[in-house]
Amino acid sequence: MRIAKSETMSVRAAPEVVGVRHAVRKWAVELGFSLVEQTKIVTAASELARNMVDYGKGGTLTLEGLDDGHRRGLRLIFEDHGPGIPDLAAALRDGFTTGSGMGLGLGGARRLSNEFEIKTAPGEGTRIAITRWRGVS
Amino acid sequence: MEQRIPILKMGRFLLVSIQVDMDDRTAMTLQDDLTAQIVKHRARGVLIDISSLDVVDSFIGRMLANTAAMARILDADTVVVGMQPSVAITLVELGLSLKGVRSALNVERGMELLRSIAEGGESEAEPTDADREE
Repeated sequence: MRIAKSETMSVRAAPEVVGVRHAVRKWAVELGFSLVEQTKIVTAASELARNMVDYGKGGTLTLEGLDDGHRRGLRLIFEDHGPGIPDLAAALRDGFTTGSGMGLGLGGARRLSNEFEIKTAPGEGTRIAITRWRGVS
Repeated sequence: MEQRIPILKMGRFLLVSIQVDMDDRTAMTLQDDLTAQIVKHRARGVLIDISSLDVVDSFIGRMLANTAAMARILDADTVVVGMQPSVAITLVELGLSLKGVRSALNVERGMELLRSIAEGGESEAEPTDADREE
């Protein structure tokens, strides 16, 4: 699989979540995603970017345009050096929240993606990578 | 930079058309402004047009649901109109059902719905949206 294009942006504060949505939308449009595909990955990105700001003390988003020879995709990697997620199974469950949110962020972002990977360790931060492929529902 | 979404008064109703991609703070400000304006104008209904929004994530969704709940306590009904189909599809997959938020296809139908509720044609006890939820 080839990474055709890559870009990293810093996400430190809540207003920057809007910038994340715009950047992801732009990439999804460039990759030829349908409107529903665009909306799903932009929404997933918004959830994960907010989580990173609210719980991970901010971090970075890396966007990668993928090409595996047959299809094109967009991978988003959210990385922070915050406190990590102590109970990952609970955090992935809908309705679980330690903050003021609805607890839909992680589980929702996973449902809105074709691929979802998460690595987290207490005190070391969290890395979440999601991928959506064009034309895959 | 503080951004504010304008709220228009039309008779007994308040109208809001969200035309920008709101950050979380702008969304919270709108929620606070709306509840204050409901009381100030003794409004009976609130219409929120989201046809320009190409993303509604859980935060914005929660703001809409909370606004509707607060308005209800203040004796006003809320109708959200103009949700784009791609946004509706995504919201459901995200897991947000927007329980308790009435919806209508467009501003015109939303106004009709608010008028009929205000005239007692449709009571709060018959939530049209809940029927579609399960």
